[in-house]
Amino acid sequence: MTSTWSVAADAAISVLQMAGVVLGGPLLVGLMRTVRCRLEGRVGPPVRQPLLDLRKLARRQRTRPEHASWIFGLAPLLLVATTLVVAAVAPLLATGPALGWSADLFAVVYLLLLGSVALALGGLDTGTAFGGMGASRALTIGAVAEPALLVSILALSVPAHSSNLPAIISGSLAHPLWLATPERLLALAAFVIVIVAECGRLPVDNPGTHLELTMIHEAMVLEYSGSDLALIKLGESMRLGVLVALFAVLFVPWGIATSPGPEHLAVSLVSLVAKVAVLGVGLAAFEVGVAKLRLFRVPELMAGAFVLAVLAVLSALVLA
Amino acid sequence: MRLRTLVRRWRTHPAAIAPVESPPGIREAAARHRGSLQLRHVDAGSCNGCELEIASIFSPVYDAERFGIRLEASPRHADALLVTGPVTRNMAGPLRKTFDALAEPRVVVALGDCARNCGAFAGAYGVEGAVGDVVPVDLEIPGCPPAPEAIVAALRNLAGS
Repeated sequence: MTSTWSVAADAAISVLQMAGVVLGGPLLVGLMRTVRCRLEGRVGPPVRQPLLDLRKLARRQRTRPEHASWIFGLAPLLLVATTLVVAAVAPLLATGPALGWSADLFAVVYLLLLGSVALALGGLDTGTAFGGMGASRALTIGAVAEPALLVSILALSVPAHSSNLPAIISGSLAHPLWLATPERLLALAAFVIVIVAECGRLPVDNPGTHLELTMIHEAMVLEYSGSDLALIKLGESMRLGVLVALFAVLFVPWGIATSPGPEHLAVSLVSLVAKVAVLGVGLAAFEVGVAKLRLFRVPELMAGAFVLAVLAVLSALVLA
Repeated sequence: MRLRTLVRRWRTHPAAIAPVESPPGIREAAARHRGSLQLRHVDAGSCNGCELEIASIFSPVYDAERFGIRLEASPRHADALLVTGPVTRNMAGPLRKTFDALAEPRVVVALGDCARNCGAFAGAYGVEGAVGDVVPVDLEIPGCPPAPEAIVAALRNLAGS
């Protein structure tokens, strides 16, 4: 965004962000699983377990349902690709990654939505009862979660007078008082609920369930195997990583690099990893203490998140 | 406070699982899995004694998940089939179908004496045969029911962790 960023430095930051999300997403999932196990009184798997799972899955044979079309094979690729694009352009490590001007909040939110829709279509495409059921449930929740995510970031864009994410973050770094306004706190609550819903975590969905009838997200991917499944698991953990990292930079922006230079980037990387780890531990600790919501209560929760987000926008407009 | 369990006070017995010898085919599979093993469990007609022991290996005391072992909801996600009980006539078809649904390379584990040789149900009118009569078995875990330590040790060998 500023002319001080050279094109090469911008591109390097984008590549670093993508690599960070590809590696960091599975590690975040592993961290959350380990924390959960520890709180249950178990030793639990190592934090790198999701990476071990991915390595094994990537080399396994994959099966395709007999009647599935090309959509089934395309869905995992789309999920990973859209998340990678978000990881490349979103201001996670620095306020100016390559193509930072394109990191518009609408673009980012709907790129993430495109991944969910692709996955739902892949679930439908199998023609199995559970695939269709999971897809319809996931879209029911997604239809309410996406606007809540969009509107909660919109609330942050009101004081910055821009829907560009780097501009929002630069703005809140320049005006620290913005961070404690009512609209921030309301938007923060809405954002957390959306992360939980979008990533299929408790209390919206139980990622560890074996009961098909209670599944939301797992039901869509029951037919995927081998490298397709590896892509889906990678894509999902990347999504969780991107959403948590976005949360970190939007609501706790300190530490993000605002000028080029390896030393700024190093500080930014360490602070981002620390923030994401703290948020991951917090989310996992919260998950241990709650039960899954009944399916018909989930839209109420999501509507609550949407109302919080709308209130955030209103208060931003009124108080501005 | 429960948060203390983050650093210690786990209920898992660190010494509960001793390594055991495993056949060469299992060592090959372990080299493939390298610390990550997903299982699809099929109850082919068990008395549910083995199911209780399977449930207990994922409890805090034995915690098989620390070796990268997990049960999966779909055979498509699984590396190995974990079969319990003698195969009843009604379950022979579903067992074959589940086996076919697994992606290659796949492993079949027969858990408990009934799965190995029909055990107490040998010759019963509703029993089609042992698991080995319906699908090819790669690993047997003896016992009626097998002790959780034995199950974790055998699966850990298969997981290569």
